[in-house]
This record gives sequence, C-alpha cells and structure tokens, in this order.
Amino acid sequence: MSEIDSEVLESQTKSSAFRRRILGHQGVMIGAAIVLAAVLIALSAPFIAPHDPYYQDLLNRLVPPVWDSRGSWEHILGTDHLGRDYLSRLIYGARISLLIGVGAALISGLIGTVLGVAAGYFGGRVDMVVTFMITVRLSMPVVLVALAVVAIVGGSLQVVIMVLGFLLWDRFAVVMRSSTLQIRSMDYVAAAQAVGCSTTRILTTEIMPNVVNNLIVIATLEIAHAIILEAALSFLGLGVQPPLPSWGLMVSEGKDMMLFEPWLITIPGVALFLLVLAINLLGDGARDITAPENRN
Amino acid sequence: MAELMIDARDVTCSFTISRGMFRGKQQLKAVNGVDLTVERGEVLALVGESGCGKTTLAKMLLGLLPQTSGTVELCGQPINDVPRLELARTIQPIFQDPYSSLNPRKTIGSIIALPMKVQGIADQDSMRRRAEETMDMVGLPPRLYNAFPNQLSGGQRQRVAIARALVNRPQIVVCDEPTSALDVSVQSQILNLLNDLRDELNLTYIIISHNLAVVEHIATRVAVMYLGRIVEIADTDTLFKDPQHPYTRALLDSVLTPDPNMDIPNNQLGASYPNPIDPPTGCSFHPRCVNAMPRCATVAPNGKADGGHYVECHLYDDGAN
Repeated sequence: MSEIDSEVLESQTKSSAFRRRILGHQGVMIGAAIVLAAVLIALSAPFIAPHDPYYQDLLNRLVPPVWDSRGSWEHILGTDHLGRDYLSRLIYGARISLLIGVGAALISGLIGTVLGVAAGYFGGRVDMVVTFMITVRLSMPVVLVALAVVAIVGGSLQVVIMVLGFLLWDRFAVVMRSSTLQIRSMDYVAAAQAVGCSTTRILTTEIMPNVVNNLIVIATLEIAHAIILEAALSFLGLGVQPPLPSWGLMVSEGKDMMLFEPWLITIPGVALFLLVLAINLLGDGARDITAPENRN
Repeated sequence: MAELMIDARDVTCSFTISRGMFRGKQQLKAVNGVDLTVERGEVLALVGESGCGKTTLAKMLLGLLPQTSGTVELCGQPINDVPRLELARTIQPIFQDPYSSLNPRKTIGSIIALPMKVQGIADQDSMRRRAEETMDMVGLPPRLYNAFPNQLSGGQRQRVAIARALVNRPQIVVCDEPTSALDVSVQSQILNLLNDLRDELNLTYIIISHNLAVVEHIATRVAVMYLGRIVEIADTDTLFKDPQHPYTRALLDSVLTPDPNMDIPNNQLGASYPNPIDPPTGCSFHPRCVNAMPRCATVAPNGKADGGHYVECHLYDDGAN
C-alpha cells in the first residue's frame, strides 16, 4: 500500500474512532441532544412560536396547559396572568438564557484564563497578584454585588451579561492556574524551552492544549451557573426587565399564583433544570472524550 | 588538546527560600562553586546523591536556569551572550521521564519537527524528510509519524525524545538520567543507541546518573558531586579502579550485586544527607566521612589535581599533614 493510502486510512480510522467515542458516551449524547434542541429552538423562535410572546389577551388569562381538563390546544402550555402564551414565552426565554449563559462564560472565561495561565506559568510576583485578585473576588458575594450594580446601573440584558462576566471568572482563574502549574513542571515544557521556543509558542502549543479540557468543563459549569444566576436576578426583579420573556422572570411572575396554578413555575423551572443539566452533561463528556488517555 | 566545548568556572546557583512571612529568607546553594570543563567527543558523567545539584548544573548548561555567579562558556562564548536559537542548536537535553517529556497532545512527527520549526525551517517537505531521517536514525519506524505518545512504549518514547534532541544536529547533549525510567532490557538498547549516535554525529555527552553501571558503560570521564560541589573528577577507569575521595569510595561500595548471598552493602555513610539550606562547616562531607579529621570540621579542603584526577579532600591536601 502506498504511503498516501495508509495516511488516508489512518485519518479515517482516527475520525471514526473519535465518532465512536462520542456515540458511545451516553451523557454526551443526552446532553448534546438537549443543548442542540435548545439552541435550535432559540434560533428559530420567531418561526416556531405559536403566538407573539408579548401579546396580552386579558380575556384568556391563566389558561392551564393542555393536559389539564380546562386546557386547550390553542395555548399548549397555557397563558400567564396577562394572557400571554406560555409556550411562546418559554421559547423566546431560551434565547435570553443561552445568550446570558454563553456571553457571561465568554467574558469570564477570557479574564479567568488569561489571569490563571499567567499566574501558573510565570509564578512569582504575577502569581501573587493574581492569587490576591482571586481572593478579593471570592470574598465578594456574587448575588449581592450583582444586585448592587444592577440597582445602580439599571437592569438590562447587556448589564446582566457584563456583571456576570466580570463576577464569574474566579473558578476559571483557579482551575487554569493549578492546571498550568501542573503542566509547567512537565519535562516537555522544559524541552520546548531548551529547543528555543518563545514564551508565546510554549503557552499556545504546549500549555493551552493540555489545559483546554479543564477549560471546557469549567466553561460549561459557568454557563449553567450564569443561567441560574440570571434566573435568580430576574426572579428578584433585578435581572432582565419585563416584558422580556426570561425563564427566571416567568418563575418570578408566577410565584403569586403558585398555590393555585403551580404549572406557572414548574414549566420554566423544568426548562431551566433540563438546560443546566444538559450543559453539565455535555461538559463532563467533552472532558472524557478529549482526554488523551482515551486515544488509542 | 581537543576543543573545549564547555568551560564552567566557579559556577554557583542559589535559590531563595522563603520560610514564611516574618522569618526572613534564606539562600539554598544548589550548585556551589563548580569548575568543569568538557572537551569535544567526551562523555562526562555527573554522579551523586539525589539533591546534590546535578540537575541544577545541567539546567544551567542548557540555559534553562541563570547562574547566580561564575561563568559558563559554551564553545568559547559566554552562555549568557549566546542567542536563544543558537544555544538551542548547540546544546540539547534528553530528560529522565519519557512519559512527561512528550506533549501528549502532539503527534510524534510534530514533536520531532518542533525544533526545526522554531529554527525557522519553513519548508514542510524537507522538515518531514529530516524528521523521518532522524526517526530512522534512532530506530523508530516511520509509521509512528502520526502516532500519539500514549501509543508508544517507554523505550520508543525515549527514542522520540532523543530524535527531538538530535534533529537539529546539536554538538552537546545533556542526558538527565536517560535510562532510569526504563525497563532494564530497554536501558541497554538506549545506552547503545546513545553510544552509536555519538560516533555517528561526533557528539559530546553530559550524562547525569546515579546508576554507576550505566556510568561505567558509557562515560569517558566521571565527576562526583556532593552538596553542590564536584568532589572528584577522573577518567572512568581511574575513578573506578582508584577512587580517592571517601564519598566516591562509599558510592562505589554501595552498588548492589546480583549475588543473593551478599548482604546489602554497608556504605558507612551513617547519617543522612545534610540539609542544603544549612550545610556543615568546613568540608561539607565531614559528618558522614569515615576518615574525618578535626580540621575537616573547620576548614574547607582545597582541590588537588593530579594529571586529570581532581579530588577535593583533606586526605590528599598537601597542608593536611
């Protein structure tokens, strides 16, 4: 067999092995399916939502979901206290949740990774400064600071993303610092130095590829964390402002009628739960799949 | 007189140890005033206990650690003045643990090609050709080019590390315990490979080891280190036949024999290794020395060179008697 053939074959078996590893991992499949569904729903919200999420139909207030004896197929998940279609609000709410989760995780991931990798790689003074910053950050209660900032600046989607992004970098920094410390002591980093690699090249080709699996796990945790925090802030009335359909806001608006119309809070609650669970499953599985030990 | 590859004079490397916020800082002299010369084609072995400064010395030679004082000249040029890439072309390391010396995320091919990439060889084809040539030279089959390190055995990994070190044809190779992490059967293969490559590429080796059998097999000259100092240097034959420093004798006595009827050797060293933060006064070896004299505790011995045999001990110091 010629060399080219064997190369093609090798790359084929490599990618098929990778595919097999993904397909063989139940957690990833479930997580990916739910997250993918949420993303698709969020992207195509205007096309699949049966009603306008902002349209108030005061004659049809608090219609229960279709499985209730009083429900109808007109409003599959019922309507809220202002007569807005609950399913449509849920679908549009997925946009807000994903946007806030991913946006906050991107900002905090960037801050935390830069700080953590720098601290772990350079050590000494840099490490001292970063460790101090992490300590300061950890001593500030997230919800309290977020509440204060939102109360001063006023709540909006952008403000919530920024506030969460600037508050959630601590776990990124801690994990990136410790895993960089660990990788930095490996002989292949010393070998790269001895070979004459620049610091930038060492950081990008030797350190980063070996810490990125931890980064993925933390990123998914923080996406989930940000989604929950947004829901909590919105529940307290300090997150995104009505009438935007946020899942946290829906729980908040439904809480007055909780005893008589419990589905008002269970439906967005279950949606939150499923999305957060799926993101965590996906992150866990991504780490398992990309770990070099599994490559054979 | 052969060409001097390495000329180290009075090299010291100290680390600052912080003992807590209010208790001040202390100096740990990992390498303490070492003089060392290595000629082209030599295989110099550095032996000594763990923590005696062998690896620190090697890291300074590689330019991975700055020397606190003293000078290291590499091919007649002070090492601190040699540009990074030129230094990398001259001297290369081979590390002890082949499991941590290869990046698990990279293919064997890209690991071996990295030194060429760093040196600015842009041509993909010639890079690949040279990588495969080097793989062939160290006895790696070309089919491993696209493999990942975790698919290789320990011996193969060490061969990859050797290939990476040699791909730019350096003149000096520093091997930090090149065989201690390998199976016994693989050890000799790697040692023979190193020996063959030395003849083929006219290399100079500095080999760090505490396996004296390895040293005897491969080295032409041996330097014995104790607590940051070189206490004895001699040709391998001389050192093994006529060890002079009491520490060298103890080291040679402590080699285990395969004969089960022999007891575990008693090296007479008794006390444990001293704390390098707080080294003993006088000769740093005196608390453990069987030949210790009163003056050993107060005066540090001067070195005495007899031909190529250098020893640092009051027993051979002219002022001793």
